[in-house]
Amino acid sequence: MVLSNSPITFWAGYAKFKSNIRPSSRVSPPPSGPLPSVPIAVGCRSLVFELQHTVQLRSSVPPMADASAQQSSRSRDLDKLLLRPGHLVGPAFEPGTELRDDLQEYARILVVGAGGLGCELLKDLALSGFRNLEVIDMDRIEVSNLNRQFLFRLEDVGKPKAEVAAKRVMERVSGVNIVPHFCRIEEKELEFYSEFSIIVLGLDSIEARSYINAVACGFLEYDNNDNPREETMKPMVDGGTEGFKGHARVILPGTTPCFECTIWLFPPQVKFPLCTLAETPRTAAHCIEYAHLIKWDEAHIGKTFDPDNPEHMQWVYSEAAKRAELFGIPGVTYTLTQGVVKNIIPAIASTNAIISAACALETLKIASGCSKTLSNYLTYNGVEGLHTKVTEFVRDKDCLVCGPGIFIELDTSVTLKMFIDQLEDHPKLLMSGASVSYRGKNLYLKAPPVLEEMTRSNLSIPLLNLMDKSPNGIVHVTGTAGKGDKRQSCSRKLRVSFKGVGGITDTDMAGGA
Amino acid sequence: MLIIFLSRQALYTTITMIRLFKVKEKQKEEAKNATGNGPFKKQSAGELRLHKDITELNLPKSCTISFPSGKDNLMTFEITIKPDEGYYMGGKFLFTFNVCGIYPHEAPKVKCKTKVYHPNIDLEGNVCLNILREDWKPVLNINTIVYGLYHLFTEPNHEDPLNHEAADVLRDNPKVFASKVRTAMAGGRVGDTFFTKCI
Ligand SMILES: [Zn+2]
Repeated sequence: MVLSNSPITFWAGYAKFKSNIRPSSRVSPPPSGPLPSVPIAVGCRSLVFELQHTVQLRSSVPPMADASAQQSSRSRDLDKLLLRPGHLVGPAFEPGTELRDDLQEYARILVVGAGGLGCELLKDLALSGFRNLEVIDMDRIEVSNLNRQFLFRLEDVGKPKAEVAAKRVMERVSGVNIVPHFCRIEEKELEFYSEFSIIVLGLDSIEARSYINAVACGFLEYDNNDNPREETMKPMVDGGTEGFKGHARVILPGTTPCFECTIWLFPPQVKFPLCTLAETPRTAAHCIEYAHLIKWDEAHIGKTFDPDNPEHMQWVYSEAAKRAELFGIPGVTYTLTQGVVKNIIPAIASTNAIISAACALETLKIASGCSKTLSNYLTYNGVEGLHTKVTEFVRDKDCLVCGPGIFIELDTSVTLKMFIDQLEDHPKLLMSGASVSYRGKNLYLKAPPVLEEMTRSNLSIPLLNLMDKSPNGIVHVTGTAGKGDKRQSCSRKLRVSFKGVGGITDTDMAGGA
Repeated sequence: MLIIFLSRQALYTTITMIRLFKVKEKQKEEAKNATGNGPFKKQSAGELRLHKDITELNLPKSCTISFPSGKDNLMTFEITIKPDEGYYMGGKFLFTFNVCGIYPHEAPKVKCKTKVYHPNIDLEGNVCLNILREDWKPVLNINTIVYGLYHLFTEPNHEDPLNHEAADVLRDNPKVFASKVRTAMAGGRVGDTFFTKCI
């Protein structure tokens, strides 16, 4: 590992973890009980135990034949995981130098976000032996980032985070190639995302997570028995932190719950009543939200507030400060203004380091199979003492984003109208009055009348034509389904396939339109 | 946070991912992408849920909906309310709805585009309606919001003021309030504010 010979001591998270699992008698962990000096272990309790046992089991393995090659290898520590068999490894794990070399050559990892978590992730992944990394982030560096986004320096303020982060890690870790993308995640084509082996998320917004989740799940295909096709699965590793708390999760679309399956895990944002803001502000946050939601529109007719524009943020801050003074409320600062407006809880560097370490490790495990992966949601809470646990959530099998949907085979001559009628008799659906959409196009909308009129002419057109002659694809339907008293409105995903039309399978079998 | 224990499920793939990555990378080198599917719009989970809301709308007779961006973009739409009773009877009020990709996790953003003299709607079109902010829940839907907005016109409320002056007048002198509302709707001036005709 680079770290052993490196003077950089602040990159301690991963390195320390590794050094503690090294099977030398000097640092061998006690046979049971917690590991005393493993700060990073807190992020991943189950893993620590796993590795602890792995270490013991592996200690009995005879020394490697090519010990000298191993000694000189920069990836000496990593080799201990990748070159030797073990009892707690993932299924089909094939240890050996080929595995290590393949990881370097063929694994392509995308890091989404180059902020507090993103900086850590890039560093951790580079040090974990991945050579082909890319990072995407639309933000520029601000002074207030410098306390924790450790790849950035004062002279970088104003530059794109992705570019500076990539450059800094490449300077420190030889052999790694990091391609930065300074843009919004929505600006990239689906093709861009399909190129990666694993997508690692270091984001602070639910909306961005939801978007990437939809994209990644969109690549998943199911076979005719509703089993996910492994080769189409795009794994995601999602990290998130809020102050002293954080989570790390592994999303294997079609196998573990996707972001949408468990969106209820994210508590809705606290919103203050507008009239409270306007009439009876009591807190600094009230003053900031007043300036942001009410005062801005009064002063800037027709100009939308952009939270990523520092001038806009400065304006809101100064208005909030004036209002706070008027009502004698303390505590309005620029940082708090950013926090309230963007709904950000102050980040803590150590929490980021812990969560990132867990995410990087999961990425390595998914790619190499050197250990079973986290199953599937780790929470970390460092508010009072320390609490961490892993919860195994289950998929929503009817999830519109990651679920298999209901398979329907059709004749090529079936019109949209005939298709809608067929849904009434389909035993798994019994859906009447269906509205139909395909890839973001509304083919037929039953209501309201204004939309029904706009889409009515499609009814007589063969569905195959409406689906751009695609031999199969995902169609979403909404209508009233079920039997008797249990009839209720619902949305369903359908995997439509046309008989006798061969060809390439659709690339968007799961994500839906 | 709510923690639930659930049974184990099959989680582990039968081949290591790296083998797949390798195969894929090699395939890519051999045949430079043979997928015939062009780029298309990614539908968010919010959009799918909104579809359901829209096709199930059951609007009061006095409310109509329109989609200025066409049938394939339902995420922004307009609701017109023509109250058939109360202070605002005969007026016509336009609201814009902006729905985000994580709807219904987050409420739609609603603005009143018709300038109105109203205790709960300010002159910039901000609306003080609890279900749009503090009381929004994912089980609510577009229909609930439209009914809520309609309710604001039949029963304006002086206790949650966004337009303080209007709220005071409504509380202290409903008759004066009624006449000020009529003046505003007819395109007149109330205090220092000019209104546009909406009746
Ligand atoms: Zn899902």
